Amino acid sequence: MDFLTLIQLLDSTVRLATPLLLACLAGLFSERAGIFDIGLEGKMLAAAFFSAAIAAMTGSVWLGLLAGIAASLMLSAIHGIASITFRGNQLISGVAINFLAAGMTVLVAQAWFRQGGRTPSLVGNARFEPVNLPFAEALQDVPIIGPLYYELISGHSVLVYMAFAAVPLTWWILFRTRFGLRLRAVGENPAAVDTAGVSVVALRYAAVAICGVLCGIAGAYLSTALQAGFVKDMSAGRGFIALAALIFAKWRPWHALYATLLFGLFGALETRPDVIEAVTSIKVHSALLGALPYVMTVIILAGFIGKAIPPRAGGEPYVKER
Amino acid sequence: MEVMPKWAEVVLVPFISLLLAAIISALVILAIGEDPVAAAKLMYEGAVGSVRGWGYTLYYATNFIFTGLAVAVAFHARLFNIGGEGQAMLGGLGVAMALLFIPWPHWTIGLLVATLMAAAFGALWALIPAWLQAKRGSHIVITTIMFNFIASALLIYVINEFLKPVGQADPSSARFAAHLDLPTLNSVLNSWGIKASKDDSVNVTFLIALACAVGVWVLMWKTRLGYEIRAFGHSESAARYAGINPVKITVVTMLISGALAGLMATNTVMGESEKLILNSTEGAGFIGIAVALMGRSHPVGVVIAAILFGFLYQGGAELALWTSIPRELIVVIQALVILFTGALDNMVRMPLEKIFLALRSDRSKAAEGAE
Repeated sequence: MDFLTLIQLLDSTVRLATPLLLACLAGLFSERAGIFDIGLEGKMLAAAFFSAAIAAMTGSVWLGLLAGIAASLMLSAIHGIASITFRGNQLISGVAINFLAAGMTVLVAQAWFRQGGRTPSLVGNARFEPVNLPFAEALQDVPIIGPLYYELISGHSVLVYMAFAAVPLTWWILFRTRFGLRLRAVGENPAAVDTAGVSVVALRYAAVAICGVLCGIAGAYLSTALQAGFVKDMSAGRGFIALAALIFAKWRPWHALYATLLFGLFGALETRPDVIEAVTSIKVHSALLGALPYVMTVIILAGFIGKAIPPRAGGEPYVKER
Repeated sequence: MEVMPKWAEVVLVPFISLLLAAIISALVILAIGEDPVAAAKLMYEGAVGSVRGWGYTLYYATNFIFTGLAVAVAFHARLFNIGGEGQAMLGGLGVAMALLFIPWPHWTIGLLVATLMAAAFGALWALIPAWLQAKRGSHIVITTIMFNFIASALLIYVINEFLKPVGQADPSSARFAAHLDLPTLNSVLNSWGIKASKDDSVNVTFLIALACAVGVWVLMWKTRLGYEIRAFGHSESAARYAGINPVKITVVTMLISGALAGLMATNTVMGESEKLILNSTEGAGFIGIAVALMGRSHPVGVVIAAILFGFLYQGGAELALWTSIPRELIVVIQALVILFTGALDNMVRMPLEKIFLALRSDRSKAAEGAE
């Protein structure tokens, strides 16, 4: 495998890891506050549709992004009402949200565009274009560093840089601010937070809302940056891979970055079976490669390689008057 | 304390939840510019207005009885088996293994072997998540989700690499021998001289599904194991104190649950497609969740809910055929049913409990006044 192939592989790793990373950080906020969220998939899908739809109608991708975030927040609100206010089962609520998104996106797409559940293809300002970082063109011919900077680091959409910036930001919010301390506490021992006079309900709603915003960006990235338009079921299980990455990262922001990059690399390799064959001289079926993130997560969950311990109050509705 | 009388618990709460789901579904149909009343009429006509409609409604219902029972059994042990989809896929693999290689003389023997294999493969696919939950404490919801994806990858791999006949383009196994086709409602009616369409539809596995429902009822309420499962679901610590082995209960419950989900494949793979195809489950594993929630995890409720969902599925297919409303409407209805009967259960329950409490205190005051 030559250097350029490697760079290309890493480049598509970054592209494919971005939605996973955003969704993974979304899940991180929610689950650290004690709200399990298996509805990441549905929120991404809804955001993917509404951002593409609004971008197609208005011609502005930024309005599309806002619409995507709004759609994702709507589903977050349903999840919050069900699992925080009415103390329902968070997992069942997540399942419902996934189906709601899968059905509604196609229904609305058909009603609005009549193209069999798709949006029109996005062109021009209706799409996030690659951003060329300064000096990328000029440095292109410098050996090693040139292609690395030009192909790998420069030339992504602005959402990719936002996603990577969200990692230190998440770390800082969770581990260096009062809000973050309380948010983590509410996922471990909500009664203690309540005793300290801080609202458990408000904190959990805040976490679920942050989760909605991040899922919204992830979904918008899928339909307006990675691809040019919405197609049915385009999230394609990414919400669940993000969930797997979250467990893999043991609910820590920096590790979420590493896990999603790893799973992004699997995704990139899935499209390049020739590379695997050239390097390892083993023919790997792409379907099996696609299953690798799930298999690895099960192994991690089984506790054979370190133990993944979720936030202690995760999944438990908080009842004040006990 | 029982705040609500039993009838309210069993009938009123699900009814109000369903009504809410129906109202919102109607609003959704209105919002996309269609007429909900006309849509409901069309669904009714298409699903139960003819023998053919009934045939398909019950065909879908068969799937949902199996997967609904699978989820319901696990719910009793407070385990959320979200992996019915994967277990049913593996069940399909079991059916294919049973029927592809050995020339069984008659469909009855073929069905018997296929049933055993489907149950065994489904159970096997539930065993690993069950064991991981019981022994290593890994959350069964996450592991069963992961196993759904692994199952789908495995199926793609096995069909493409091993089962696909040489020279065939579409990813499916060879067709099973023709004499192994299961008798369908239509073929039975035809043999009685009643004219029915030649479509494949509900077949004998519907009866197996009903037998499974009876079996689950007997298991849950008439046997020691069923009692242990329910006790474990109510309170793990109390069950442990009573000498019930949590590892055993978790594993056995999930084996039963996985076997039931796997059995679905006898209907789809042996009865309908008559070969192993990639997407024979069509999401029925997930519909089992809605069915179990709606049926309150009781076999009678599950059968009724499964027939209702069969009606929705067949009606939805007709709707997609004759109007511009896509089939995905059913997915929305399914989501709303899960939301209202599952996650938002307390939203319906809390006001009802208040009403019943108020009624009760009124009555006791009236009784005091009379003295």
